[in-house]
Amino acid sequence: MNAIKKILGVVWIAIGLFAVYYLIVNQAVTLWNKGGENRIPAIIYTVVLCPMIAGALGTFGLYCLQGEYNEN
Amino acid sequence: MSSKTKSSMFSIIGASSVGTMIEWYDFYIFGSLATVISTKFFPSGNETLAFLSTLATFAAGFIVRPFGALFFGRLGDLIGRKYTFMVTLLLMGTATFFIGLIPSYETIGMLAPTLVLLLRLLQGLALGGEYGGAATYVAEHSPNDQRGYMTSWIQITATAGLIVSLIVIAVTKASMSKESFDDYGWRIPFIASIFMIGISYIIRRNMHESPLFAKVKSEGKTSTNPLKESFGNKLNMKFVLLALLGVTMGQGVVWYTGQFYAMSFIEKVMNVPKEQVDSVLIWALCLGTPFFVVFGWLSDKIGRKWIMMAGMLIAVLSYRPIYTKMYETVNPSNKSELTEKTVKLAEVKENAKNKNGGVDSVYTVTKEFADGTLYKEVKTVTLNNGAVEMKDGKAVVETKKTVTINDSDKWTLIWMVFIQMIFVTMVYGPVAAFLVEMFPVKIRYTSMSLPYHVGNGIFGGLLPTIATFLVSQANTLNSKAKEMGQAVVVDKPYLEGLWYPIIIAATCFIIGTLYLDGKDNRVDD
Repeated sequence: MNAIKKILGVVWIAIGLFAVYYLIVNQAVTLWNKGGENRIPAIIYTVVLCPMIAGALGTFGLYCLQGEYNEN
Repeated sequence: MSSKTKSSMFSIIGASSVGTMIEWYDFYIFGSLATVISTKFFPSGNETLAFLSTLATFAAGFIVRPFGALFFGRLGDLIGRKYTFMVTLLLMGTATFFIGLIPSYETIGMLAPTLVLLLRLLQGLALGGEYGGAATYVAEHSPNDQRGYMTSWIQITATAGLIVSLIVIAVTKASMSKESFDDYGWRIPFIASIFMIGISYIIRRNMHESPLFAKVKSEGKTSTNPLKESFGNKLNMKFVLLALLGVTMGQGVVWYTGQFYAMSFIEKVMNVPKEQVDSVLIWALCLGTPFFVVFGWLSDKIGRKWIMMAGMLIAVLSYRPIYTKMYETVNPSNKSELTEKTVKLAEVKENAKNKNGGVDSVYTVTKEFADGTLYKEVKTVTLNNGAVEMKDGKAVVETKKTVTINDSDKWTLIWMVFIQMIFVTMVYGPVAAFLVEMFPVKIRYTSMSLPYHVGNGIFGGLLPTIATFLVSQANTLNSKAKEMGQAVVVDKPYLEGLWYPIIIAATCFIIGTLYLDGKDNRVDD
């Protein structure tokens, strides 16, 4: 089980990066191009949500790879 | 537990829950009255006001709540739980009360929306601090084998606050004419909050500090820098991340899908009138609410982790069938039309907002169905000095559909929302006890508040926006395919919005299942 937890660390980092790509390219850019008040969610996706998802999943993945969640 | 201890425990739960429920009530009335608030403070046709309106909606829910969690969480770990959640209570009550008193945009201009925005931000800040304090306070008073049950009363408060807000608004509306409600009646639910907050303040004032925190404080073992110890220390940070990714983000999306997305789906996608939607929601929420306590209690018996994980998994697997059933139940194309009762009307109507001639062409179609369902479609074609106004080569047309449902369909919808409420209670009932048990006393308030509000405020709070976007994207793809004479790209576009909660909850389920321990139910470090 510990080995699976560690290996999945790579998956969490990859999902974090994919989520950022998806949110910026598919959501934020589209909303930004619509203009007006649509730009607020676009900014929130880019400035709040993306760093949070990337940061949380990236750090979590890193901790997994370092064996921080392994059972003794 | 002796009967004296039991009664004191229930007064602690009562005092904490009532205050938290009132805070949720305060937070929700703004959302429930958003339409009338926008006409008073953010009238259409002004880009700056539209910008402020969107900011008021987004900022309070997403950005400010986690900041409130950090600010008040730190305060709660430094000076105590009791004083901190007294401050959040007063802050919320004051902000809500003053929203009810602000003169409209017509009277004081830009100052009105600016004040509303500021007070809304204060509401978000207060809410960010309240929940962690109440959950920690009750949990630190509870015995190890009843913590899930006792904190589940705090978990009820969010849904109860929503129910009370819907009922207060409905009663206020029923007690006056529509004109009076639009004129001044909408202020009553805001102003009434001050009385509720006053009562709650008096009850809470007589409460004692949490025994565990008081002990840590008397021993001089409180944290000097809760933020640094919570998030700058790898040993604790790994649990904060686990709480967010393995519990609260999934819980947040299940909570928002079962209550807010269901409401928005029935109203906006299925075109059911607002009054019927509110009625469906009030019934489903009332029937589902006791299950918060049931699952909180059960988590003391069989463990918290698997109840929450089961709730997420069942939600992931059943959302699409549930929403398909809801949609098909109301869909007029599945019903037999009484063609002899169909009425079609074409007329030219005055429209004060139309500056080019002041009239529109309005086409109304009313249909009746054998089961009692009524369908009304109003198509308004904007005219420009008598001719059809064109934009990007297309006529400017606004279509509004309304499907008034019969009692049988209404109960089917209540049942469908109730099932989703069961998922909500499974993931949300035990979560307060679970989060409290993950962190040590001296940094508990800070450490549990942030993942809770990020999970709920950001992952859950963004659900309506992202889900609506996914549905509109699918509709656009289908319209383009239709224009080009091709087959539709997305089979059931109305279900596309569900991919967001499904993916988030599934990820959370995998992380929670693999990484959460959930065996330690002590809170005394």
